[in-house]
Amino acid sequence: MIDAYTSQVLTFIGINSILALSLYITALAGQLSVGHAAFMGIGAYTSALLMTRLGWPFFLTTACGALMGGVFGFCIGLPTLRLKDLYLAIATLAFNIIWVVMLMNIEAFGGALGIFNVPKVTNNWTVYISLGILLLFFHRMQDSRLGRAFRSIQEDEPAARAMGVNAVYYKVYAFTLGAFLAGYAGALYAHFVTFISPHDFEVDRSIEILLFVVLGGAQTFIGPVIGAVLLTLAPEVLRFLAEYRLLVYGLMFVVIMLLRHEGLIEEDTFSWKRWSRTFRREGRAGAP
Amino acid sequence: MLAQQLVNGLTLGSTYALVALGFTLVFGILGMINFAHGEIFMLGAYIALLLVTMGGFSIFWALIGGMVGAALLGMIIERVSFRPLRNVSILAPLISTIGLSIFLRSLAQIIFGAESTRFPVSIKTEFFQLGPFQISLLQIVILAISFGLMAIFQAFIKKTKIGKAMRATSESLYTAGLLGIPVDRIILLSFAVASALGGVAGILLGLNFNAISPLMGKMVGLKGLTIIILGGMGNITGAMVGGLFLGFVEVLSVGYLTSSYRDAVAFALMFLVLLIRPTGLFGRVVR
Amino acid sequence: MPALLEILQVTKVFGGLKALDQVSLGVDEGKIFGLIGPNGAGKTTLFNLISGALPVSSGRMFFKKEEISRLPDYRICRMGIARTYQNIRLFGKMTVLENVMVGQHSRTQAGLCSTLLRLPAERAENARARQTAEEWLEFFHLTAKKGDKASSLAYGEERRLEMARALSTEPSLLLLDEPSAGMNLQEVRDLNELILKVRSRGKTILIIEHNMRLIMDICDHIAVLDFGQKIAEGPPAEVRADSRVIEAYLGKEA
Repeated sequence: MIDAYTSQVLTFIGINSILALSLYITALAGQLSVGHAAFMGIGAYTSALLMTRLGWPFFLTTACGALMGGVFGFCIGLPTLRLKDLYLAIATLAFNIIWVVMLMNIEAFGGALGIFNVPKVTNNWTVYISLGILLLFFHRMQDSRLGRAFRSIQEDEPAARAMGVNAVYYKVYAFTLGAFLAGYAGALYAHFVTFISPHDFEVDRSIEILLFVVLGGAQTFIGPVIGAVLLTLAPEVLRFLAEYRLLVYGLMFVVIMLLRHEGLIEEDTFSWKRWSRTFRREGRAGAP
Repeated sequence: MLAQQLVNGLTLGSTYALVALGFTLVFGILGMINFAHGEIFMLGAYIALLLVTMGGFSIFWALIGGMVGAALLGMIIERVSFRPLRNVSILAPLISTIGLSIFLRSLAQIIFGAESTRFPVSIKTEFFQLGPFQISLLQIVILAISFGLMAIFQAFIKKTKIGKAMRATSESLYTAGLLGIPVDRIILLSFAVASALGGVAGILLGLNFNAISPLMGKMVGLKGLTIIILGGMGNITGAMVGGLFLGFVEVLSVGYLTSSYRDAVAFALMFLVLLIRPTGLFGRVVR
Repeated sequence: MPALLEILQVTKVFGGLKALDQVSLGVDEGKIFGLIGPNGAGKTTLFNLISGALPVSSGRMFFKKEEISRLPDYRICRMGIARTYQNIRLFGKMTVLENVMVGQHSRTQAGLCSTLLRLPAERAENARARQTAEEWLEFFHLTAKKGDKASSLAYGEERRLEMARALSTEPSLLLLDEPSAGMNLQEVRDLNELILKVRSRGKTILIIEHNMRLIMDICDHIAVLDFGQKIAEGPPAEVRADSRVIEAYLGKEA
């Protein structure tokens, strides 16, 4: 139906979208993580090892990958509760770096070379069905107790607590959930690229995921997905730029911050009301 | 052996201290982190390299040139990433500087290639013996310059009118403005000073290891971040002591642990400090 | 007869500063209790202690006969104490309706699974929460704005929204922190009416105010704080005539 290349790009778009959403959910509760690649890697390694060493089936290994991601997310999220904004970002960054170094020194898990011959089980069906369920969840979360709890914490945590929201619980929840999803994406990733090493999950990757959310905007749940789509396609589109690719990539963020720092997608980007207002105005201006 | 390591640690640490000072100065004034500071450090070294290899200048002029170049770069970054964005959110300048660091790093890679280059040093390899410590001429030069700059910086910040203006702006941007301090210019100047220090550190580190590469800024940038967390963000003494401390720790851990753990040690310490005493060992500047 | 809220010898120390010094008072059910005093007297600090935002340094507090001295703020809210803030703290990017629905958080329980699966129980619960929220919006004349962002409201509307939000937590005791700040005469009169209406719904109200007219008009009982200590307490007329109170306010116009 579609050629192998397009299929591959689609898979990466799907996995990156899940990653973007995994970061979005932690951001929703007001927490910024710059170490999400570590959780992705934890999921990737768990799933890869369980399948290559123990021969477990795909659905089980990915579930375990996600779970491991969640466990680590909980372990990191809980002690870092008191940290805000910049400090939390730096702490998660530190965790990412430490994790990679530790992994590189554990020979049992492949050390610096990584794991080869991971069975290629991931296909677009798995990825997109998962993404679909995730999107449904976020859509349903908009008008839900859970969604409002997260958002109120992001807006003003003490006020949210005064209104009965157990902020500690929800912050750890959001963080764990984000790590869980990142772990799941990592497992999908491992069984697609068939070879993983600690270098795949370094800070660069965490920043890449962060940029999905920054580009697309964290106003709505569609934003991060759009960001992931655009940034996954960009290297393909910008291929002709060869080694100048990164120059453009880096410069892009400087420009975006100057022009539209909240990201591309705003809350009413997809609402009929907002666009019809623009057209009405223009129509009136054109009238004599 | 230990004595030698101490000297090495001091030398390395003094360059780290300069980098950390750059970070802490910007944080103290704006409450934000310049993620491209590591790249300024790296480009300072390359500017000096160019001056020496292509311009035929002596190492002394290369140092000055590197400092000036780095300062200019810092001011450009302030205008592009901080002035338009600092009132928008804390995150926006951060993201912008992340983008800039990626841009600058790949720019350097395109211009200078990805491998490391030797730093042509015109300083004789000569060793001196001071009791149990053996120290090379190069190390003496590095230490002299680093500590000299730190001393000048301290005096500048404490005694000069501009230094006081910087401290006032650190305490409260708003009040400083009300008092008639040209806040925008002071911030620009702070960036210039911070970047100059970073640039010099790059040159000194290049001299120390006799190698510079386009990627050297990344790790050092992250380590600079660690140092100011350890020492207290915005705290000048903390940055200097923290830098020295990290230098010692790194040198010692290379000696007694495998080198790949060396980097992790810094970050593990930082993580612990964030959990246990987020204000850092010397206390952070309250914003 | 034990009061709804009992505060016994409560002290709060910040570093070297004693913000509250051995303050005791009791708020009876169904009453409107006023808390007045010069700026910096410790009134908002007392609110912060009662609502659980800050821990007491010493002393005890009881609500409905249960000790609340060491409980976290979200638990205290669940027990039935809600508050508004002196410098309004709304959830700006959320809509007016959503702000009030957050108040219903502790009276509902849907979690992740029920959200994802849209279980009938979750849908019913969400609908009920929305209805309660809309009722309070109606009460405070904010229904027209329910879909607007909270940050787009006018000042007076913001104050009313905060009250609606607090009331939607279904409290027994409502803490109001200077609700009339920045209001003109007519607005204060409207506020008076609203507060009395709230009381008639069975709520007990503890109110910090500087506006003496409001205090005298609606309070059943008043306590006066100065420099962290309670210097007087009693019915409005009595307190007003108390020489210590007049002294504390010397130079301050009512």
